[in-house]
Amino acid sequence: MSAVTPDAVHGHDHGHDGHDHDHHMPTGWRRWMTATNHKDIGTLYLFFSFIMFLTGGVLALTIRAELFQPGLQIVRPEFFNQLTTMHGLIMVFGAIMPAFVGFANWMIPLMIGAPDMAFARMNNWSFWLLPPAALLLVSSFFVPGGASAAGWTLYAPLSLQMGMGMDMTIFAVHIMGASSIMGAINIVVTILNMRAPGMTLMKMPMFAWTWLITAYLLIAVMPVLAGAVTMLLTDRHFGTSFFNAAGGGDPVLYQHVFWFFGHPEVYIMILPAFGIVSQIVPAFARKPLFGYASMVYATASIAILSFVVWAHHMFTTGMPAVTQIAFMYMTMLIAVPTGVKVFNWIATMWRGSMTFETPMLFAVGFIFVFTMGGFTGLMLAIAPADIQYQDTYFVVAHFHYVLVAGSLFALFAGTYYWIPKWTGHMYDEKLGKRHFWLSMISFNVTFFPMHFLGLAGMPRRIPDYNPFFTDFNQLATVGAFGFGLSQVFFFYIVLKCIKGGPKAADKPWDGAEGLEWTVPSPAPFHTFEVPPVFEAPAGHGH
Amino acid sequence: MKRENRTLRVKLLIAACVMFGFGFALIPFYKTICEVAGLNNLLRADKGVSNSQIDTSRMVMVQFDANTRNLAWRFKPLQASVNVHPGQMVRVDYEVENTLDRAVTGQAIPSYTPMVAERHVQKLECFCFRQQTFAAHEKRVMPVVFTVDSDLPTEVPVFTLSYTFFEVAGTQK
Repeated sequence: MSAVTPDAVHGHDHGHDGHDHDHHMPTGWRRWMTATNHKDIGTLYLFFSFIMFLTGGVLALTIRAELFQPGLQIVRPEFFNQLTTMHGLIMVFGAIMPAFVGFANWMIPLMIGAPDMAFARMNNWSFWLLPPAALLLVSSFFVPGGASAAGWTLYAPLSLQMGMGMDMTIFAVHIMGASSIMGAINIVVTILNMRAPGMTLMKMPMFAWTWLITAYLLIAVMPVLAGAVTMLLTDRHFGTSFFNAAGGGDPVLYQHVFWFFGHPEVYIMILPAFGIVSQIVPAFARKPLFGYASMVYATASIAILSFVVWAHHMFTTGMPAVTQIAFMYMTMLIAVPTGVKVFNWIATMWRGSMTFETPMLFAVGFIFVFTMGGFTGLMLAIAPADIQYQDTYFVVAHFHYVLVAGSLFALFAGTYYWIPKWTGHMYDEKLGKRHFWLSMISFNVTFFPMHFLGLAGMPRRIPDYNPFFTDFNQLATVGAFGFGLSQVFFFYIVLKCIKGGPKAADKPWDGAEGLEWTVPSPAPFHTFEVPPVFEAPAGHGH
Repeated sequence: MKRENRTLRVKLLIAACVMFGFGFALIPFYKTICEVAGLNNLLRADKGVSNSQIDTSRMVMVQFDANTRNLAWRFKPLQASVNVHPGQMVRVDYEVENTLDRAVTGQAIPSYTPMVAERHVQKLECFCFRQQTFAAHEKRVMPVVFTVDSDLPTEVPVFTLSYTFFEVAGTQK
């Protein structure tokens, strides 16, 4: 285990004084507006993403309420399209991505023994760009013509035709992209340059590794998305014809550019989740992670392959068969490194002394349910079969299995795992377990029937449906409301833990390893001002 | 350390800018790929008629459809449909009239139903090959000349060739 640092002791006197080199610590809202401390910014990211998660959730529940019965009951079809679009955009760019950046901010400096992120002010900026972007997105519902209704992918020609809500969305995507790029640059520099002495790249915690690779992906593809929406903007207002068929442009070209961003983007949302699970599974199996090096290479292969599979989202656009086959095989190849990861997690658990506290429940739940999402992904990768599945609820089921049961469950797992370090209190274990089972069951009640709906031919993004789909839709709606309420319950558990609870030990999990457990709980405002000396944990295989 | 960090930040920022440019570079790249692979050449003449043999054993019915989108033009084919043998040269005339009091530039975009027909039509001449500028209230008759390949699948006895005229954005003054 790594050595305890002098700083960890020093940190016991409360954060906001005793550092003569530090300027006076602002209080109240100024503390958060001008935050440059990685822990404060991490907290901001996490709360922001939770608010956006609830916002996106309300949109989702409105969609499910409308779909409770065939016919139109609650919303008009135009508004329904806005709901599906905004639900996707808010969940992807407002909830999942910022939540992972929040984890990176809080944990990466603690895990690699750095005093803070490399660029504290840029860090502040990358967070505070997000609320205006979110405001733009949400307020676009109230402008003439309403919010963007082109789907979260903003496909041309729809996105060339809409009102000013579309322009606000484009601008919001620009801002959020800039924020992500700055956050990613900060993470790369922190990880590459600021590790504690003795921590070589191949001794880094997996979470740092997965985030390093994710950050590179972000730097590579967020600018491409920015370019794509810039082209939409100039097509809309400045007479260019990139995607505008009337001027000789090609709407399918937009899909190519978008998915060149879009497919790496889905790995941006899952790789940090892999990292969190790779931290948690060894801690509760009380064994080192099986196949650390293969985990690193698998993560890197997934990232590289993600650049050459984008057209599997476009099998029905009339591509030549040769191209379809090439993209089909490249896509299926991704199952290999992903399989390596899943088998490594299982091998880590094999013959471990396992206990099932809430973080472990969510991590094991993640492995189980994410793998199901992976399998439906393989089904979708089969080009001839995809023609049947394209744009049906089968696709909706697939990506919610990997994004909700994947990314979101990993975020819950990570929250329960590290919240003792954040707040200094243990969460209520009984309530945590209850949250897990409520989420797990209601998640499956919501999304499992969607597989059947999709296979039976129910199209996605349509407010009405054939009455013979009613039963499964009602089941899904009931599940969705249960899932929504479970997350309000999660918020209560977190608040309760912030306010009080049993005092958390510095290392509340006896099997946990890593520098983050060498600092006191709650983590003091300043940590590792003197770099700790890192020794690889025993049995790490290096 | 501070300097190392800054150097790395500059490098990564440059990488981000390069990728922004790469997004735009995908456009000519994609167009070249399509040209080389012979995909998506709706707005160009097909290179020579590959098959001049007329297949008199069957007839194909080609229906013509004409639309405008947000454009006050009168646009219609002079015949609703033709019956042809595959391989036979067909000429169809379309009447186009600008009903506006200003000059307008339009572009016609073809589309085929069923889609498979697109690959089996060889177009020699078409008003859709370039943008068409019409003076105020100008009226013109414009032709489309094409042949239907004899390898058109036999399960397609009828197909529709449809054109939609769009106003070219940025040219209205």
